[in-house]
Amino acid sequence: MGFFDKLKLSRLKEGLTKTRDAIVTKVTKLIYAKGTVDDEFLEQLEEILIGGDVGVATSQTIIESIKARVKTQRYETPEELNTLVRDEIASGLIGSLKTNGTDPFDLPAGKKPYVIMVVGVNGVGKTTTIGKLAHNYKNAGKSVLIGAADTFRAAANEQLEIWAKRAGVPIVQQLQGADPAAVAFDTLKSAQSRDIDVVIIDTAGRLHTKTNLMEELKKIQRVMKKCVPDAPHEALLVLDATTGQNAIQQAKLFHQAIGLTGLVVTKLDGTAKGGIVLSISQSMKLPVRFIGVGEQIDDLQPFDSQKFIEALFEKE
Amino acid sequence: MFDALSQKLDDALKRLRGQGRISSENIAESLREVRTVLLDADVNFKVVKDFIEKVQQKSVGQEVITSVSPGQLIIKIIYDELVALMGTEKADITLSNTPPSIILIAGLQGSGKTTFAGKLANMLKGKGRQVLLVAADVYRPAAIDQLMLLGEQIQVPVFTSRTDTALAIAKNSIDFARKNARDTVIIDTAGRLAIDEEMMREVENIKKAVSPHEILFVVDSMTGQDAVNTARAFHDRLDFDGVVLTKLDGDTRGGAALSIRAVVEKPIKFVGTGEKLDALEPFYPERMASRILGMGDIVSFVEKAQQSFDQDKAEKLEQKIRKSQFTLEDFYDQLQEIKKMGPLSQVLSMIPGVSRLGKIDDVDEKELKYVEAIILSMTRDEREHPHIINGPRRKRIASGSGTSIQEVNRLLKQFSDMQKLMKNFSKGKSISKVLSQRFG
Repeated sequence: MGFFDKLKLSRLKEGLTKTRDAIVTKVTKLIYAKGTVDDEFLEQLEEILIGGDVGVATSQTIIESIKARVKTQRYETPEELNTLVRDEIASGLIGSLKTNGTDPFDLPAGKKPYVIMVVGVNGVGKTTTIGKLAHNYKNAGKSVLIGAADTFRAAANEQLEIWAKRAGVPIVQQLQGADPAAVAFDTLKSAQSRDIDVVIIDTAGRLHTKTNLMEELKKIQRVMKKCVPDAPHEALLVLDATTGQNAIQQAKLFHQAIGLTGLVVTKLDGTAKGGIVLSISQSMKLPVRFIGVGEQIDDLQPFDSQKFIEALFEKE
Repeated sequence: MFDALSQKLDDALKRLRGQGRISSENIAESLREVRTVLLDADVNFKVVKDFIEKVQQKSVGQEVITSVSPGQLIIKIIYDELVALMGTEKADITLSNTPPSIILIAGLQGSGKTTFAGKLANMLKGKGRQVLLVAADVYRPAAIDQLMLLGEQIQVPVFTSRTDTALAIAKNSIDFARKNARDTVIIDTAGRLAIDEEMMREVENIKKAVSPHEILFVVDSMTGQDAVNTARAFHDRLDFDGVVLTKLDGDTRGGAALSIRAVVEKPIKFVGTGEKLDALEPFYPERMASRILGMGDIVSFVEKAQQSFDQDKAEKLEQKIRKSQFTLEDFYDQLQEIKKMGPLSQVLSMIPGVSRLGKIDDVDEKELKYVEAIILSMTRDEREHPHIINGPRRKRIASGSGTSIQEVNRLLKQFSDMQKLMKNFSKGKSISKVLSQRFG
């Protein structure tokens, strides 16, 4: 049960308080106040969901399914109605999402170095996420090397260097303006010669609409394959929980460019609810791998849908 | 920028345009679509609700039903409401008469404060001000280095300290500015969550200590429904004077802009449109509303063109166009001018009607390079008289420019189409008319 030990549930709950307040608590209040499903109830429910950035389409799907269920299934008490609504919201938002029960920082055999590439738009928290990831892998007993392939933004190197120091892992970097693909390549070469377990490649923030910058990502990927043929083993898109519907476009275009393997949701410790991320995760069949719930180095949590729902719906 | 929103509103209103008369039912249907469009654009649901109610009240009335062109009227009502929602006119920042003018920048993590601080410093320096940048983000790793590097790039001094608190840095920077004759101080602060009591108190204290003339709240234009909560929280604590909307060069519909404006009633003063330090523009509510309604942003476009184009060259060019003497040589010059105006997709997006052509984000800057290479591989004679370019010449040009004969052919074909278009201009038709004939 190494996984659940690592999952600091209290921290997760704390981080998710806002999400719970925003969606679940409001829904529960609504249920007890009304006790019955009518148009007004559904309208208010829609507002709650949209207010949580779930999006119009997903909100409507959830509402339709609740409508359909109350037609066939009787509910006597608000508790029963609560369970029913909760079920539908849970399946609408999380649905078939599964996180595999293994230790998230366990590495598959025969993939050494295990290469993780981290991408996202500007300001979502890629570098911070990488610092936290490195820390976690190191704590899991793995040797880690970070590749500083954000050669564009001013002082990106320095920022990553500080995180690497905090995590106590080495870093490969070149001067600002260097070719990011070359940095990635060097990092992999160096990892091979140093017998490193995990390589984490940082990339510059880029808006998903900038064709040339997306091409640059593809190039980084191509060049890495020259060194490690099946690299990257993981391509993680970092999404800011405060982002609205544009997150859908981000996920689509990054996925198109490099083929994502998972999502990381950051800044869940604010007032944002991150509803859109769950919709994306479900519609694009991309697992949420980690969530960031604070600025400290150990504030990155593996995401587990079961625990997430529990934390979300748990009574105060 | 707001192209996607324009597109959808366009679709929702198309039905209205086609119909002679308007019933309250078909208004309701269109408004429902407008509602979805606005919600999908991340406009806060409460703001949307008010907005739709207002439009409905104004639409379902005598004048609309009896008017000749009800669709147009509704577009106008929606446009007016959008403008009203975003503030009715362009707002400038306040600078003090007695130096130094102090500008304080605050916002969430990752919203783009530091980059904006650099851009603002660059802009004010361009207006002849002696700017001092102050790095008061003592928390984020390398935030100080980032601002120092930006300062170096635009040659603006940066005041900071590696040991003091943010409050001390801010306070000391004002003395430093006075002693060193800097008339404008821009203080960059750390990103903070509105619910982080300790951090909010810090920025509040900085405000008290330096009494800024202008406090700007920086917000990511991709922010969702939470934008109003964050803006309100910062506003409650800081009573900021204006909003800066960043990362508008992506495909976000930027509904947050509308929401924030409606909720805190403070103007949006700048928009960030790229990673380069000159990618900062003032915010024009009317233009944005036009854009949302698919009318394009012709005013911004014209202004941008005026800034970039060499006046003399432009006059000569106009003469040539009038006389239909436009050559490949001129075309090449023009490409260089357009390149000065910024990324091609951004330039194109400002032309009315172009947004309806489909995705313009895909415009490949590289293709321009090929075009340039092809033209540069021609002799002067060939550029002046493209009709002399025969088979062997095409082959030579293709190999000289590293392209194929097909690409050379395509360019020549496009050029001849363009010459035809130019003839239309010279016959005195307006640009928008020609464009709408061509693309509309």
